Amino acid sequence: METAGHLKNDAEFVAELQDCAKLLVEKLQNNEYEDASHLIRNLYNARDRHIFNSVGKLTRALHDAIVNFNVDANLYPEAHSSEIRDASDRLQYVIRMTQDAANRTMDRVETAAPIAANLGQEAHALRAEWGRLQRRELSKDEFARLYSRINDFLEQMGEGTDALNQNLQAIILEQGFQDLTGQLLKKVIGLITDVEKELVNLVRIAGHVEEVTGLNTEHRASDKSTGKSTSAEGPQIHARPDVVSGQDDVDDLLSSLGF
Amino acid sequence: MKILIVDDFSTMRRIIKNLLRDLGFTNTQEADDGTTALPMLRSGDFDFLVTDWNMPGMTGIDLLKQVRADPRLASLPVLMVTAEAKRDQIIEAAQAGVNGYVVKPFTAQVLKEKIDKIFERVGG
Repeated sequence: METAGHLKNDAEFVAELQDCAKLLVEKLQNNEYEDASHLIRNLYNARDRHIFNSVGKLTRALHDAIVNFNVDANLYPEAHSSEIRDASDRLQYVIRMTQDAANRTMDRVETAAPIAANLGQEAHALRAEWGRLQRRELSKDEFARLYSRINDFLEQMGEGTDALNQNLQAIILEQGFQDLTGQLLKKVIGLITDVEKELVNLVRIAGHVEEVTGLNTEHRASDKSTGKSTSAEGPQIHARPDVVSGQDDVDDLLSSLGF
Repeated sequence: MKILIVDDFSTMRRIIKNLLRDLGFTNTQEADDGTTALPMLRSGDFDFLVTDWNMPGMTGIDLLKQVRADPRLASLPVLMVTAEAKRDQIIEAAQAGVNGYVVKPFTAQVLKEKIDKIFERVGG
């Protein structure tokens, strides 16, 4: 498409040149100098027009490429919400989320570890006492103490394993960060792919610069946006009025819909 | 109770599977998007569907619409567990006939609550 336009532009220019040249030779042979100099002026004008056109198209193509770049440049008023900036925010959020998940997981382990250690320690101690009981080495008082100690231990065991279980489940749940960060990373990868495409486009434009000829005017930014309305967005990283702030909000919204 | 868990992230499927096991639901199967889930639902006797929204191939919302459009699956209880948190999206899911909506990240308690509520309504 773009090379077709470019060739057409060139062909027109060349055709105009050829026509003028032919006429110029005719006029000169017939000694019509005034007409000849007029033709030379026309030739100049045609060349100027051609260059102006080319520069104009070049500028427009460059502008499109830069806009498509999603670059956070001060030239554009919408820059503060550029996709590159958005991608940086997403990556920052990924760092925060992985860090939080790592910390919360370690918190859980640090809560659980002493419970397991205490239960183990008490079990070992009781095992020793139990051995003495089996060898009939215990006095009546010692037996009474062991009796109540075992009772306490069984109670601790029940509570302790419940707590351990709870912490283990929480650790499993913490791994949800992988899904959420993964969704954000996929979005950023998509953006990088887009930027790469625009970069290739820019390189191609730079290639045309040397020729100072027509450039691709058909290639505009418009064909870039495809069906964005209902596509999934992944996790929300900023508070926004059109976004719920948590499960309570979801429940409120659903109950307002008769759920 | 046979449950299908649909999410493109295997870690999330594992998490949900673990939570469901903890709640006493041990018969679960997994699919990674709507396209693989739909034939499973059509050929298997699932009692409950837990699905993510944002998935490559067929999304969860499209899966939900397909389920509701299929006369044999139309009454299948569906719980959406997703990071999609826009009000419009929640409304869209509700209008498409979702039975419950849980936003990620969620707690085990929230998941249990929503599942209990769904079965209470479906069973009673």
